[in-house]
Amino acid sequence: MTNMNMVQAINSAQDVMLERDNGVVVFGEDVGYFGGVFNCTEGLQKKYGKQRVFDTPIAEGGIIALAIGMGVNEMRPVAEIQFSDYIYPAFDQIVSEASRLRYRSGGEYWAPITIRTPCGGGIRGGQTHSQSPEGIFTHVSGIKTIMPSNPYDAKGLLISAIEDDDPTLFFEPKRLYNGPFSGDPKAPAQSWDGHDMGEVPEGYYKVPIGKANTVRSGNDMTIVTYGTMVHVSLAAAEVSGYDVEVIDLRTLTPLDIDHIAESVCRTGRCVVVHEATKTGGFGAEILSQIQETCFWKLEAPITRVAGWDIPYPHAFEWEYFPGQGRVLDAIKKVMEG
Amino acid sequence: MVPTSGKNLDVPAPRHRPGDEPEFDDLDIPNAGTVARPDVLTSPKEMFGYANTLIRVLNMKNDAVGEWNPKLSPDEMRKGLTDMLTTRIYDDRMQNMQRVGKMSFYMKSRGEEAVAVAQAMALDKKDMLFPSYRQQGLLISRGRDLLDMMNHCLSNSRDNCKGRQLPIMYTWAEGNFFSISGNLGTQFCQAVGWAVASAYKGEDAIAATWIGEGTTAEADFHHGMTFAVVYNAPAILNVVNNQWAISSFQGFAGGEKATFASRGVGYGMPGLRVDGNDFLAVYAVTKWAAERARNGGGPTMIELFTYRAAGHSTSDDPSKYRPDDEYEVWPLGDPIERLKNHLIAIGEWSEDRHAEAIEQITAMVTKKYKEAESYGTLNSGERPEVSSMFEDVFKEQPDHLRRQRQELGV
Repeated sequence: MTNMNMVQAINSAQDVMLERDNGVVVFGEDVGYFGGVFNCTEGLQKKYGKQRVFDTPIAEGGIIALAIGMGVNEMRPVAEIQFSDYIYPAFDQIVSEASRLRYRSGGEYWAPITIRTPCGGGIRGGQTHSQSPEGIFTHVSGIKTIMPSNPYDAKGLLISAIEDDDPTLFFEPKRLYNGPFSGDPKAPAQSWDGHDMGEVPEGYYKVPIGKANTVRSGNDMTIVTYGTMVHVSLAAAEVSGYDVEVIDLRTLTPLDIDHIAESVCRTGRCVVVHEATKTGGFGAEILSQIQETCFWKLEAPITRVAGWDIPYPHAFEWEYFPGQGRVLDAIKKVMEG
Repeated sequence: MVPTSGKNLDVPAPRHRPGDEPEFDDLDIPNAGTVARPDVLTSPKEMFGYANTLIRVLNMKNDAVGEWNPKLSPDEMRKGLTDMLTTRIYDDRMQNMQRVGKMSFYMKSRGEEAVAVAQAMALDKKDMLFPSYRQQGLLISRGRDLLDMMNHCLSNSRDNCKGRQLPIMYTWAEGNFFSISGNLGTQFCQAVGWAVASAYKGEDAIAATWIGEGTTAEADFHHGMTFAVVYNAPAILNVVNNQWAISSFQGFAGGEKATFASRGVGYGMPGLRVDGNDFLAVYAVTKWAAERARNGGGPTMIELFTYRAAGHSTSDDPSKYRPDDEYEVWPLGDPIERLKNHLIAIGEWSEDRHAEAIEQITAMVTKKYKEAESYGTLNSGERPEVSSMFEDVFKEQPDHLRRQRQELGV
């Protein structure tokens, strides 16, 4: 075990897989020589050569199409979309092509591609470097949507994603790259140093896709969340005065509803938290499934905490970001009515 | 209100509309055999001229002439002719069956059979094909059983797409034929990806892909061209210029201002412009591009200059937007007639043998179709298992799909 931040863990996952499988290649805008704008591929081109780790034209649709073609030809491409805010030119290739190829060809063709992309706000990125578009993709059948919240899960999940024979969309909450984030921008920056989940094996291991993780046990109520909001929710739970259970989904689709249902049926109360905009967000899906499985055990209406339904406002980042205060209000609401 | 002089605004219009008497007298068509054949590793910088001419082998006297003559054996040419005939007869039968409600949709390739059939012949079987929706001749040339193609079109119990795709959106992994998408142009850069992987693995196989001239307007075209040049992909990027994208003529993709082949030049690859109704010329340029790619010369773009003699699909009536007889005056003729006449001219075919071949193929298609119907059609008989619609979304079926299947009771 060694201490890694999330950037190092993601880098390490790709390093491990490049080493183990020469069908793995890594590419995207600036990922080669430069090592990626967040350094997630730093040193990999030097180590594996520019046929395996390379830069691409600035054309997201082309990047994903290239990955699909390579995937069809026995390779396991890991394509980076530099910011998830830039993913839309690739939408057709992801939705109509990668996600449906196995199905539309009757199982004859598939493309085991991994799309890595940083998401989320909290870094003063404005509306083009802060989005959380995961809900747009969770609606698509045939692609697995993943979002880790810490270095250990990030590495283990990314290795699972690369080895997975289905396409995976791997969202990296960039606010967590260098440390956990409690939601308070004025608090001193935290680091993964000394954090349990910053202890990461140097070699190969996997965290399974499709399995949620209880990161705080409790009996009064359940928070279901993922990504950056895991840490905000934990911080809120600490100061809430209630015995709050916090579940980190880790994978959004396929959703681990059994894990969620076990908890919510036990506590009877639930808050769903995500950073993405509220309307039509993935929280609505979680809520629906909890309602379908736990309705008769519920003691209070389920509540959502989410981003407002507006583009990410640069100057009002912290008014937009669903911080501890809003999570605490929601906890109180489901506990006290 | 705004002023509306529109004096510098140009919206292109095709040369003919319904009611006009079609003529193509001013098309610049060089004589067959007049274009030189360069070495396959010639620098793209020295190949500008090939994008602005028309490579032709079969002349109007039915002779094969010039440096591009691939000198195919009579047997090879007869295979080409038979495969083109099979494609046309198959198309006619399937379109008729669509008209009587046996399937939902169909698209013919009438007039452009040489494109797919000659190109498939010029490639190796190990080469990967990323077609658009009008290259059924690729399957026929590579020997796919027509029965399987029909089973797919009928979405019946033996459809290898398991009833999930529109007719003609074939997939055939065994024949290195990629799954056809309904979205235009998406395969263009995917083919480049496949080719890059082949080069990475040090393999000899190349990729070939096809889009229509109308689709060159999509960003996918630009992606494919750029990525192919950047990584020197062993790929052949074909633009089938059949003049019509449903009702929009090629001017709406900018074809009046420059040839489509000349776009290859702009990206830094050879652009070869070929008479798409000349089986031998299509074969020869494809062979040239394949040899170039296999020898590390990288990608080639080919513009196949042809004419879409049928409607776009069973969903449009072409007489609503172009003269019905436009195809009849197309100056480059019909690909089947031209190869047939050449074979007759060299004493390797005859009108009788041709009639006999048509009869045999028609009988074979009829027989296969009857068998295909016995496995069901879209509206009657056996269908793929309903439960199979929950399969292949992922490699392993996740729990939520299993639960949804159980909810449906299948």
